[in-house]
Amino acid sequence: MKILVAVKRVVDYNVKVRPKSDGTDVDIANAKMSINPFCEIAVEEAVRLKEKGVATEVVAVSLGTKQSQEQIRTAMALGADRGILVETDAELQPLAVAKCLNAIIAKESPDLVIMGKQSIDGDNNQTGQMLGALSNMPQGTFASEVAVEDGTVNVTREIDGGLQTVKLNLPAIVTTDLRLNEPRYASLPNIMKAKKKPLDTTTPDELGVDVAPRVQTLKVEPPAERSAGIKVADVAELVEKLKNEAKVI
Amino acid sequence: MSILVIAEHDNASLKAATLNTLAAAKAIGGDVHVLVAGSGCGAAAEAAAQADGVAKVLVADNAAYEYQLAENVAALVADLGKDYTHVLASATSNGKNIMPRAAALLDVQAISDIISVESSDTFKRPIYAGNVIATVQSSDAIKVITVRGTAFDAVAAEGGSAAVESIDNAQDAGVSSFVGEELAKSDRPELTAAKIVISGGRGMQNGENFEMLYKVADKLGAAVGASRAAVDAGFVPNDMQVGQTGKIVAPELYIAVGISGAIQHLAGMKDSKVIVAINKDEEAPIFSVADYGLVADLFEAVPELESSI
Ligand SMILES: Cc1cc2nc3c(=O)[nH]c(=O)nc-3n(C[C@H](O)[C@H](O)[C@H](O)COP(=O)(O)OP(=O)(O)OC[C@H]3O[C@@H](n4cnc5c(N)ncnc54)[C@H](O)[C@@H]3O)c2cc1C
Ligand SMILES: Nc1ncnc2c1ncn2[C@@H]1O[C@H](COP(=O)(O)O)[C@@H](O)[C@H]1O
Repeated sequence: MKILVAVKRVVDYNVKVRPKSDGTDVDIANAKMSINPFCEIAVEEAVRLKEKGVATEVVAVSLGTKQSQEQIRTAMALGADRGILVETDAELQPLAVAKCLNAIIAKESPDLVIMGKQSIDGDNNQTGQMLGALSNMPQGTFASEVAVEDGTVNVTREIDGGLQTVKLNLPAIVTTDLRLNEPRYASLPNIMKAKKKPLDTTTPDELGVDVAPRVQTLKVEPPAERSAGIKVADVAELVEKLKNEAKVI
Repeated sequence: MSILVIAEHDNASLKAATLNTLAAAKAIGGDVHVLVAGSGCGAAAEAAAQADGVAKVLVADNAAYEYQLAENVAALVADLGKDYTHVLASATSNGKNIMPRAAALLDVQAISDIISVESSDTFKRPIYAGNVIATVQSSDAIKVITVRGTAFDAVAAEGGSAAVESIDNAQDAGVSSFVGEELAKSDRPELTAAKIVISGGRGMQNGENFEMLYKVADKLGAAVGASRAAVDAGFVPNDMQVGQTGKIVAPELYIAVGISGAIQHLAGMKDSKVIVAINKDEEAPIFSVADYGLVADLFEAVPELESSI
């Protein structure tokens, strides 16, 4: 069984991103970049399936600038066998990403595609579902458990009311939630080994995909600031304030 | 403008989130239809027909839609959606599951989690865990949108009298099936709809200690939430997680207990009207958004709070 994982290069989750003062874009020029945390969980899941003997090959794909190679190398250091970079400097929106991934699916014919549920920069939570539509595959989103059986996969999903389990025919798309696994750290020898693993590069053009954005960002701004609060001395003062000042209890 | 709102429901009843999404539809303006796709979902459809501002309710009552399997419901939404200028759903786990799939079938770029309607093609939405608000304009002919419920005041649940029309449109992709579910049972209000929310973090130390929060919640008629750390540690189930990648809440009062205030947590609660933080570390970032901060050991403060309200 072949598994495709999609990994995105994003601003590290510890960075507090701010808009530029002219409101044209976010200020991330010197920010630390990382693999999107949900994608890291996707790689880990794929690698575990390989270690269990369920999967035979794990291919990591990223779309973006040349620097996205770093995230593919990270995925390979975690255990992916090879990588594909769809290189472009263009702004990529989920539909365009899904179309490129679909073109790669057509070439690679994976049995399972594992991706993150959400990129922590755009907070879209769309690409996996869109790829499901384009590739005509079923989807198991927000997965907290994945069990591959003969020709099917059971996915337990984190939903608003609790957990739901669905059975999907393979090939299928799975998007990861936080509880699916705890990704390992890449060891130094594995980081070295990853440098020698094959990494192919292609472009949206070569894949025949028009990635022109459909949605234009007119401006970005900071959220409304909260006015500074106060410290209360004890529970009695807290309760008094909540009753008489804030009038919320 | 013609808008199709996808109802959030459990076949028996309409979920409150639908009323917030209807408010967003109203802000866009135009004829608003509601789709209730389910199985044995007549009661939910009747409820939708009574909501304010609904012109027509379409009911797709079919076994294929019983569990909201995305493959089936998205195909239906895309099929019906081609006749509308806007298709809206709540940014719930169900809306997030279905809408992007429907959007791709329609070849449009979906817009997630809008917090305001600027015009019929321009919307605001948070990005980077709510640290940035983007104003985005869509050039697609059909706008497929999910709506953040806390950003729109619900329309009235009653007073409307929309026509209810059954539609015979069964989309059964046959590639997925429902196996089972474990739904949290609680008599407390729903997290995203509660007027008061009290949440616990890693500082709670274990699941048993959440009992202290349940007691306070029951006195205040509050819902109980949690940080990711508390969910990951297994103190409480996943559906209680508040934050960037959990639930978004904006109650009148939010009480954070033993929560440090990571940006991902703040993303889910910083639009609450009044925020209280109880934390023993006076440097905890949660205090930067708290209206009332209490530096104290929660194991003393919470029982005291319970007995004094
Ligand atoms: C991709 C991604 C998504 C995420 N999504 C979310 C999300 O949706 N929601 C979310 O919450 N987090 C999310 N996180 C995690 C987030 O970064 C933090 O790790 C998490 O919020 C920390 O939870 P906490 O505040 O409970 O724990 P900690 O940061 O460990 O804080 C515990 C706090 O309890 C206090 N405390 C301890 N004992 C006591 C006591 N006896 N009395 C009083 N105070 C005490 C401590 O002083 C401390 O401030 C996400 C992270 C990533 C990478
Ligand atoms: N540029 C990209 N390169 C690789 N994978 C991506 C890219 N954009 C999105 N994805 C995948 O889609 C998931 C969800 O992203 P999004 O829909 O943007 O929230 C991510 O976690 C990735 O797995």
